[in-house]
Amino acid sequence: MLKLPIYLDYSATTPVDPRVAAKMIPYLTEHFGNPASRSHPFGWTAEKAVEEAREQVAALVNADPKDIIWTSGATESNNLAIKGAAHFYGETKGKHIVTVTTEHKAVLDTVKELERQGFEATYLEPQSNGLIDLDQFKVALRKDTVIASVMAVNNEIGVIQPIAELGELCRSNGTIFHVDAAQATGKMPLDLTQLKVDLMSFSAHKTYGPKGIGALYVRRKPRIRLEAQMHGGGHERGLRSGTLATHQIVGMGEAFRIAREEMATENERIRMLRDRLMKGLMDIEETYVNGDIERRVPHNLNISFNFVEGESLIMAIKDLAVSSGSACTSASLEPSYVLRALGRSDELAHSSIRFTLGRFTTEEEVDFTIKLLHDKIGKLRELSPLWEMHQDGIDLSTVQWAAH
Amino acid sequence: MFAPVYLDHNATTPVAPAMLVAMLPWFGNQYGNASSRHEYGRAARRALDEARQRVAFAVGAHPTEVIFTSGGSEANNLFLKGAAERQPSALVVISAIEHPCVREPAKSLKRRGWRLREVAVDTECRLASADFSAALSETPSLVSVMLANNETGAVQDIATLAAATAQATRGRAWFHSDAVQALGKIPLNFRSLNAAGVHALTLSAHKLGGPKGAGALIVDKRVDLAPLIDGGGHERGLRSGTENVPAIVGFGLACELALADLATTAPRLRQLRDELECGLSALGATIFAQAAERLPNTTYFALPGVDGETLVGKLDRAGYAVASGAACSAANPEPSHVLLAMGVAPELARSAVRVSLGHQNTDAEVAGFLQACAATVSQLQSLTAMVH
Amino acid sequence: MAYSEKVLDHYENPRNVGSFGKEEEGIATGMVGAPACGDVMKLQIKVGKDGVIEDAKFKTYGCGSAIASSSLVTEWVKGKSLDEALAIKNTQIAEELALPPVKIHCSILAEDAIKAAVADYKKKQETV
Repeated sequence: MLKLPIYLDYSATTPVDPRVAAKMIPYLTEHFGNPASRSHPFGWTAEKAVEEAREQVAALVNADPKDIIWTSGATESNNLAIKGAAHFYGETKGKHIVTVTTEHKAVLDTVKELERQGFEATYLEPQSNGLIDLDQFKVALRKDTVIASVMAVNNEIGVIQPIAELGELCRSNGTIFHVDAAQATGKMPLDLTQLKVDLMSFSAHKTYGPKGIGALYVRRKPRIRLEAQMHGGGHERGLRSGTLATHQIVGMGEAFRIAREEMATENERIRMLRDRLMKGLMDIEETYVNGDIERRVPHNLNISFNFVEGESLIMAIKDLAVSSGSACTSASLEPSYVLRALGRSDELAHSSIRFTLGRFTTEEEVDFTIKLLHDKIGKLRELSPLWEMHQDGIDLSTVQWAAH
Repeated sequence: MFAPVYLDHNATTPVAPAMLVAMLPWFGNQYGNASSRHEYGRAARRALDEARQRVAFAVGAHPTEVIFTSGGSEANNLFLKGAAERQPSALVVISAIEHPCVREPAKSLKRRGWRLREVAVDTECRLASADFSAALSETPSLVSVMLANNETGAVQDIATLAAATAQATRGRAWFHSDAVQALGKIPLNFRSLNAAGVHALTLSAHKLGGPKGAGALIVDKRVDLAPLIDGGGHERGLRSGTENVPAIVGFGLACELALADLATTAPRLRQLRDELECGLSALGATIFAQAAERLPNTTYFALPGVDGETLVGKLDRAGYAVASGAACSAANPEPSHVLLAMGVAPELARSAVRVSLGHQNTDAEVAGFLQACAATVSQLQSLTAMVH
Repeated sequence: MAYSEKVLDHYENPRNVGSFGKEEEGIATGMVGAPACGDVMKLQIKVGKDGVIEDAKFKTYGCGSAIASSSLVTEWVKGKSLDEALAIKNTQIAEELALPPVKIHCSILAEDAIKAAVADYKKKQETV
């Protein structure tokens, strides 16, 4: 028996893996100490657990544990990385920032804030497949470009940006390179000994860890310095003050350990399910996959259904827990800015569904989803005057709509 | 595992079993992102709303005045930097005994052209009223005075201080108070404090039996704040980032439980604390801020001639977990800035040890602790005698 | 998003979905809205010789409230004279369906659809 609604929104957040939860709980109860308490075993036990988790997080991305700073999540990591580097190096290197229009709001809003403070920003438009063009990026880098920020994996369409190549371009330009990897951990290999990435943001809750915890990789060789955004007791090399939430940190460590060990087999299983879903849905006429299908994590499928309206579509598929746009912005009626950046019309952007599969997705759930969409898209198109006109051979772009 | 007796509740507290029960579903099947529109997301949103009401109720605030953060440090940073960002640089006034997470952000404002003035305290850790008046005469735009000190437990009369601030600045200054140590230990009412001129309070979950990773800024909506963390517009645009649902649920419940127990816990802790202080005095201890209005659970003392770190180490081996200073600066060998501000000689300050009780501590534990202190003192004194 | 019971009912079981045959007599069509705005309503009425609306059909591209609003007006206009149909106000539709403020535009669109259909009918009568 299927449990409804079926969760296909793993890019919004993931369940905490039961193995992770089991490891966290003792750090709420018996090992509850403050890791900063140096005078008794409660503190020592907590501190030891924090350092073990730091090693586990570092191991997933092949980094030195000393380069990992705990934060409250990827949003804070992105803020700390971009504002911290811009403030530290702005006066010397320059006040120009390069980013992409399809970044997460945590990056875009941060860059916007820096613009308000007197920085200048270039927002690159991706190609229609969602990927950024290397030449275009190269041209955008200037002598005074202090930092460039490009996400590894897009949260809405799952495409993988060429961060290795972008890193080389940044390094040779003396520009600090920040990568938001919130959607990448556990979904693709990341090797920070190879990548010329200076700052990388991580989130636990997108990789089967708890909410409220993330990390920022801050390279020490060559050394990247940041201006702290949260001041206080001088935790985390003085870069991020505040009591460390031991249980959450332990959870993130365990989640990243599992990701490292199981990623290869898990991703093949998920890819098979995603491809099954894609095949099943592409049987429906007038459906369009958003974003490059090859250079993409196996978890993501983003599809637009032409001639049905987005909100009624969401209503029709309430047995599925999916997103129409990213979770952070879907409360608004604005069509997805990511899909619009790809050049999709408002209508196709509105009628897009993001299916994101994960560790606990089953074949049965995928098959149910395919059948449900066939039924509901059929029903909504039966209701749709646009579908009727399309069937009658009318080109909708030639129609004069009554302005309203 | 051999578990020492935990007497360091001002550093952090264990999560009560009831809290764990309330949090567990949010680590289990209820994992939605509170921004998602589907049922998983809506369930998380309802839990957040409920927790917000609980926190608000516990401190007599309106739920819309609660901005959830990752903890007390972030809430303090948010207020000081956020309020400073939205006005011309001027004067920020804080007390000399603030926690580093108020002091450091206040210092960081200097780089933005702000002046920082610290107000002295007297020998009992009470804000020196003459110096506070003098500071107010320089018409600050931001004032931050902690409600209860984490080391001494001394409680400031922030309603009176806020009223004086409002009068001296003709209502043009924002008054904030770090109430992290006060929450759950003494009654707290934001409505009446707000009427007196307090505009914001900082709270933290893990100091009152809730989980680490959640805190809040309670803030009067007239205060124009710039966010510290941008991106997505959560928490009325003042704090972006996916909400930490389990921790916030725990925070809400911790507030509710602490409020329900306050009337019975506080007198019991005060009585335990008094027994403890009687015993310590008999050993010749100096008890800091004893004449001040204090939190019922906190004793900060020094046995003259007995190094604080040494005593803490001995007590640890005897099975008692206490602190030699604030946990956050415990790596720092400097004597406590709070004690120095009180005019305590550095030598005596190096002897300082803090005991902070929790509701599960018993008479027997306090008696045992006193015995361990006595044994240590006589041992150290005989050592000293031998050396001489 | 909390939809009222009535919106859900019309959404789940829309009344009078479809189109009239092109050759049928007394048919008029009102099409309002635009795909870029997220709503297009097509309302058709079949008017008898006595000037009374005998039947109505709709198709709507839009949210649940837009579908419900148009489904509701197909029921309401049936049996009404053209003037009576024109007297239907968006506020009545919004009230009947308990539309939240952000969905009031759906009821306005439904009222516009009635006006457009009636106007189309009158225009066709003139040319006859």
